[in-house]
Amino acid sequence: MDLVSFAVQLLNGVQYGLVLFLVASGLTLVFGILGVINLAHGAFYMLGAYLAYWITARTGSFWAALVGGVAIAFVVGLLLEEIFVKRLYGRDHLAQVLLSFGLILVLDEIRHILFGKDVHSVPAPEFLRGSIQLTEVLSYPVYRLAICVFCLAVAAAIFLVIQKTRIGMIVRAGAENRDMTRALGIRFDVVNRYVFAVGIVLAALGGIVVAPISTVFPGMDNQMLILSFVVVVLGGIGSVAGAAIGALLIGVADSFGKVFMPNFSSFTIYVLMAAVLLWRPNGILGRREI
Amino acid sequence: MNGDSRLILPTRRTILKGATGAAALGLVSPFPKPAIAQGAPLKVGFMLPYTGTFAKLGKFIDEAFRLHVEQKGGKLGGRQVAFVQVDDESKPEAATDNMNRLVGREKVDVVVGTVHSGVAMAMVKVARDTNTLLIIPNAGANEATGPACAPNIFRTSFSNWQPAFPMGKVMAEAGHKNIVTITWRYAAGQQMVDSFKENLAQTGSGAKIVEELYLPFPEVEFQSLITRIATLRPDAVFSFFAGGGAVKFVKDYAAAGLKERIPLYGTGFLTDGTIEAQGEAANGIKTTLHYADNLDNPANKAFLEAFKKKTNLDGDVYAVQGYDSAALLDIGLTAVGGDAGARDKMIAAMEGAKIDSPRGPISFSKSHNVVQNIYLREVRNGRNEYVSVAHANLADPARGCRLSA
Repeated sequence: MDLVSFAVQLLNGVQYGLVLFLVASGLTLVFGILGVINLAHGAFYMLGAYLAYWITARTGSFWAALVGGVAIAFVVGLLLEEIFVKRLYGRDHLAQVLLSFGLILVLDEIRHILFGKDVHSVPAPEFLRGSIQLTEVLSYPVYRLAICVFCLAVAAAIFLVIQKTRIGMIVRAGAENRDMTRALGIRFDVVNRYVFAVGIVLAALGGIVVAPISTVFPGMDNQMLILSFVVVVLGGIGSVAGAAIGALLIGVADSFGKVFMPNFSSFTIYVLMAAVLLWRPNGILGRREI
Repeated sequence: MNGDSRLILPTRRTILKGATGAAALGLVSPFPKPAIAQGAPLKVGFMLPYTGTFAKLGKFIDEAFRLHVEQKGGKLGGRQVAFVQVDDESKPEAATDNMNRLVGREKVDVVVGTVHSGVAMAMVKVARDTNTLLIIPNAGANEATGPACAPNIFRTSFSNWQPAFPMGKVMAEAGHKNIVTITWRYAAGQQMVDSFKENLAQTGSGAKIVEELYLPFPEVEFQSLITRIATLRPDAVFSFFAGGGAVKFVKDYAAAGLKERIPLYGTGFLTDGTIEAQGEAANGIKTTLHYADNLDNPANKAFLEAFKKKTNLDGDVYAVQGYDSAALLDIGLTAVGGDAGARDKMIAAMEGAKIDSPRGPISFSKSHNVVQNIYLREVRNGRNEYVSVAHANLADPARGCRLSA
């Protein structure tokens, strides 16, 4: 493989990894801070993609879909936390798995009732529709590059909020020692609600942003859910920085795995995960027992 | 324990399983058991996907079959027809129970199903064990009319071998020398690529396959393999994908700028059923299949009009397959005056059937797979438009089938 092809494959891997990070970051936040295993995370990714399709088809504007989709996901997140999820804090993982598995079934049925079972596509925003000629034969869609920039911006925003703001401080303190933080007079029920809603928003955001390059179809959530968990476990449960590293590793491994080891491409990333966990059983940046 | 199941199910364990399934269906089945076989309506059991990814295909097959029966005044071969439906959900693990439910509890005279090849192969096994008449209206697994063929099993759709085969000649004649293939790594993808390769080698054109690319099923992250295609720079690409994966592949391929430089070919499943979602990205893609949207024959026009009138939907290849399944059964029943008990005579008539199908004239090979024209189509303005007959009256080689000797 020549240098140019290598560079393009690397770009493919990084772009894929950034999308994985966007979705998995929400999962790791909810996991790390609330201690809740949310199996329905992939379903919210699908919800985001379908909202992108539905709003774009009605308004003709992808930006309306971005804003509207995020707003809807946020409200849904708040409601779900209030009605269901807050009853799960401190319960064992089986209860959480049961509830979130139930949510998958319900969300999928709602998707079926509202949007049907056809395959849809979403047009990218007008000014991002071009492509850049990379080699004589291959060109690269501008929209894919825009996704990279967007994901990096979201990642930066997450780091800033967690590291530099008072809310971030509370969240970090809560993840470190929940009882002590509560004893200091922090209202955790409110913090929890917003953290859960933000987690849902990040999943939906992933679905919305990916919709123009990834077709919108029933079942699109399955693969993403599994990959998100791989990323979270690989990076260390609850660590956003770990999820970023994990996602990029998975993205690049998948890209090169498909080309260099086509016969083993279905388990390249799982071999990588196993190897990393042998080396660091709690994940790359993980401190908590899995 | 009911006696019906015991007749067909040999072990205690399967009796239990079958009886549980049968009891579950008993609650929802709208049809009473016929008192006597003669004079009672003929029972047709649909085992199709009514939910899940293939739900639309199941619905189209079901509707078109019923359309044909309605056109015959609610009768096939002069006998009233009653239907029993089972949703197979495209789940192979539930297939044997579902099939036993239709055969044992419901005592259907004929089973029509299904879409998913894994489910269909389980149905084939039960049909062979119980000597039940089975008509397959979609599933393409070569084995169903190959090593697993039987006198009581017919297929009105295609074998995976059929639609891919003529593409070798088509691409060689277009002057393509170096070809890359890409598909999912699973049975259907492999069988289509193999069939394409077989035909390409027979053309003697010197055209060769540079590399076979595979993706784990049902993954849709194509970008690295598309980059690989750009690196290899073949003259053309042969592909098989379906459903959401097909839409994403076609769009990614076009977005990478490859469509203009390296023409994309495939079996018709690449563009059928999801062409609307593919939009402009699909324009110019050439595919081979046993149907085209604008086939210019009276049967097709009449069928599309009637289907539209009944369902308010545009008929497609899957609907045609359902429609022809009813036509085949009608021919068999007509030969025996509606007496499905006269099985040998009925099967002989079905084997010799010549049907003026919406897809063109069809007949059946010794292995009971449909013999049909395979058309070359090109996507123009969101339609799979007819270009030419890629291979007339193509019969599956039925490798491993003892009936075809």
